[in-house]
Amino acid sequence: MRFGRTQAVHEVSFTVEAGEFFSILGPSGCGKTTILRMVAGFLQPTEGKILIGGRDMRGLGPDQRPTAMIFQSLALFPLMPVWENIAFGLEARGVEKSVRRARAEELLRLVALEGFGERMPGELSGGQRQRVAIARALAVEPQVLLLDEPLSALDLKLRQHLRSELRELQKRTGVTFIYITHDQSEALAMSDRVAVMSAGILQQVGAPRELYDNPATPFVAGFVGETNAIGGKVASVEGGFATLDSPHGPLRGRASNGLSAGAPAKLYVRPEALAYGAEGGHTIAATIDRIDFEGAFALAYGTLEDGNSLIVSIPNTKLGSAPPIGERASFSFRAENAVVLADV
Amino acid sequence: MSAADRILKGLFGFYLAAFFIYLFAPLAIMAAATFNTSRFPTVTPWQGTTLEWFNALAADTGMWQALWTSLVVALFVLVVALPIGTAAALLLTSLNARARSVMYAVMVSPLLTPGVVIGIATLVLWRQLGVGGGTFLIVLAQSSFIICYVMLMVAARLQRFDRTQEEAALGLGASKFMIFRRVILPFLKPSLIAAGFLAALQSIENYNTTLFVRGFDTPLTVYIATKVRTGLTPAVNALALIMIAVTIVGAVAYEVARRRSRSARLS
Amino acid sequence: MSEFYGRFGTGLGTLFAALVAVWLAGMVLAPNIMMVDYALRPNLPPADLGGPRDVYSLDNILYLANESVHRSIFFKTVWASALVAFLTLVVCYPLAYWLAQTAAPNRTAVVLLALTIPFWINEVLRTLAWYILLAFRGPLNALLLSLGIIDEPVRWYGNAGVLAGMVYAYILFMLFPIYSAIESLEKSQIEAARDLGASVWRTHWRVVIPHAKAGIATGCVFTFMLAAGSYVAPALLGAPGSRWFTEIIYNWFFEGGDWNRGAAYALVLLVLCMAVVLATLRIARVNLTDVAK
Repeated sequence: MRFGRTQAVHEVSFTVEAGEFFSILGPSGCGKTTILRMVAGFLQPTEGKILIGGRDMRGLGPDQRPTAMIFQSLALFPLMPVWENIAFGLEARGVEKSVRRARAEELLRLVALEGFGERMPGELSGGQRQRVAIARALAVEPQVLLLDEPLSALDLKLRQHLRSELRELQKRTGVTFIYITHDQSEALAMSDRVAVMSAGILQQVGAPRELYDNPATPFVAGFVGETNAIGGKVASVEGGFATLDSPHGPLRGRASNGLSAGAPAKLYVRPEALAYGAEGGHTIAATIDRIDFEGAFALAYGTLEDGNSLIVSIPNTKLGSAPPIGERASFSFRAENAVVLADV
Repeated sequence: MSAADRILKGLFGFYLAAFFIYLFAPLAIMAAATFNTSRFPTVTPWQGTTLEWFNALAADTGMWQALWTSLVVALFVLVVALPIGTAAALLLTSLNARARSVMYAVMVSPLLTPGVVIGIATLVLWRQLGVGGGTFLIVLAQSSFIICYVMLMVAARLQRFDRTQEEAALGLGASKFMIFRRVILPFLKPSLIAAGFLAALQSIENYNTTLFVRGFDTPLTVYIATKVRTGLTPAVNALALIMIAVTIVGAVAYEVARRRSRSARLS
Repeated sequence: MSEFYGRFGTGLGTLFAALVAVWLAGMVLAPNIMMVDYALRPNLPPADLGGPRDVYSLDNILYLANESVHRSIFFKTVWASALVAFLTLVVCYPLAYWLAQTAAPNRTAVVLLALTIPFWINEVLRTLAWYILLAFRGPLNALLLSLGIIDEPVRWYGNAGVLAGMVYAYILFMLFPIYSAIESLEKSQIEAARDLGASVWRTHWRVVIPHAKAGIATGCVFTFMLAAGSYVAPALLGAPGSRWFTEIIYNWFFEGGDWNRGAAYALVLLVLCMAVVLATLRIARVNLTDVAK
């Protein structure tokens, strides 16, 4: 897909299973909305194709595809009452008014908005409008529902509440959801699988757990969750583990594909995989600069000997034995909790 | 507050008073002259109070005929200007930036053309086609610039239109026609009502353009202007008084409605 | 255009494009082209039309250049229209500023509404009000006599009457553009200028007026154009010595019977107005797209 002279999306290829909650995660400008709009039919890909249920969508407009879109702004029709909004797609298909009305009531029940049919969209709360938009999209019985960051305009509490609601609705209806977001916790919490994108390139597709534990690229490691990166050269690769020559001595982690001895690489280890103390096998030392209490846990910010920073998560229950601020402390991790990725 | 500021404030108060006297004194005198028995409309000297000029107005069949002509013209101007002005606004807002600024300049040019020139240009074109002045030409000549007002008002509202509504409707399977009828047109309705109001008013009040294309038809403004030459009586003032009164009542009603809807929205 | 057709589809798109074409080509362009055609042809009896004497020339325009009375009326119309625009600006600017920045919102709404009242009744009646006010034995003279400001009635009809009536008629065209331009100025900018020690005059000269430039230019352009093209004010409030260029044009059409010469004069008026519009916008560095918003 090209916009003018810049290519918005490069060679992106993935398959979404029927009935799946699939998210596309990436920072703004990474091309995720472009993909969604191509699937919806608002944009035509310059190269490549899109199949829905095995059917090639080439040349089909948004009105001819078995998709429905939830826009970031929701794009509810402000001058139509809620039920007419929901029944709009049926009206476009020439469905009789009494049937439309009945179907709208059904959908209102589905999204728990019974009795709101005669209200105007402007009279609803943010969360209620959200549900009207979903009902409107579901009314045309799409195979695929496309959601373009529909929660981004809402406040945190409501957003968290609607996450589970969306997830629950998806399971109940069995409709395939393709969900766009830049919020990694949102993607991890709701999705069956997530595609991570950056700068028009598909980085990795996988279940949330897999992305977190086995990031395929440095971008995924850094974007999905918090992580520490320690640079060095690959010393050896054997039995699925790689040893890295780092300024902090040899460090071991699970090896990713494409590692070769002597090549520059980084070892990634999550803050919660590091433990205070030297009894884990692999040890790095850092000077603790400060500890921020976050509630369920605390984050210790330290400086490694080579000047790079280190973040360590300390569970609330172990705060009593937290490392002293301003002093050198050792942290250890297990090789299976770290991953070594080639530098790109 | 310094002395200079106080002087400034005093001067400004004086200016405000002078401004509103300038604005309303002529109208007040014109209205008051309706009740003077003097045959020439004036308030000096006051020769006696009377209501006879309202009777004179009622009996002035030429005036009513002229008013009727003006209303017919205004109605046809609406029929021409509302669809074309709306189409022009829709076209304008669907162009890319460069084409839009060229098109905009072309579309507002009739507003920057003196009214007499519009009248003359229309007159000479249609004489060439064998059509003389009259209601038909008045409608065409007035519409040619009244469309601009409609276009500007509709375009102003269109700028606040969320285009994703069109995409949403398209995605739900609506045809282009259905999108226009169910989504765009309802959104434009308030501006169309306002533009229609303004267009009718512009039509009825027009003189400069109308004068050249009127042929043997006599709309209200032409009739009144002719009266000044052929014998002005306070019957015209009676008409002006009625129009002013209607305007004031309308303005007050509008303001009351505005305040009421605002306080309703705030509560 | 492709975006336009994509948005409305072939049917509606064609309908809309056709409506706009009827307007711009049929109601704006064609009449003006025909007016130019008339202006450049001589006034001939029907028998000579298409004959050897029916050729294009600048004779009608040169006639205006050589006829000293018409020429001086033309130039007087130009500078008097500029004067009308300037006076209207002076009269409107303080009020526009006050409404946009100082007055309470409710008061602004009421005043704006009151301002429109004279403009709901038509231009002829507005001018008629001045015709009555300025009559030789009218209220203004009576008032000034009784106050002892003048000893005998003044003949207001003429230049003074035309100016007063025109400024009155075009107040709104000046006030609204300036008002909306000043309204978009953040109050804090004015406060900052005052806070930094600028006088009232300097604040206006350096902050408010530059910001309101587009509105001021728009108001001036409209007022000039309306004044130069006005017929009713000079006809009612003028005197034989204060004839307006539009009155000459009218006479060529409906009394002199020479439409070609009348069209030539109208063309000159049109070119003048376009030139003034473009020059003003260029000087004020305002884009045409900012006009009439």
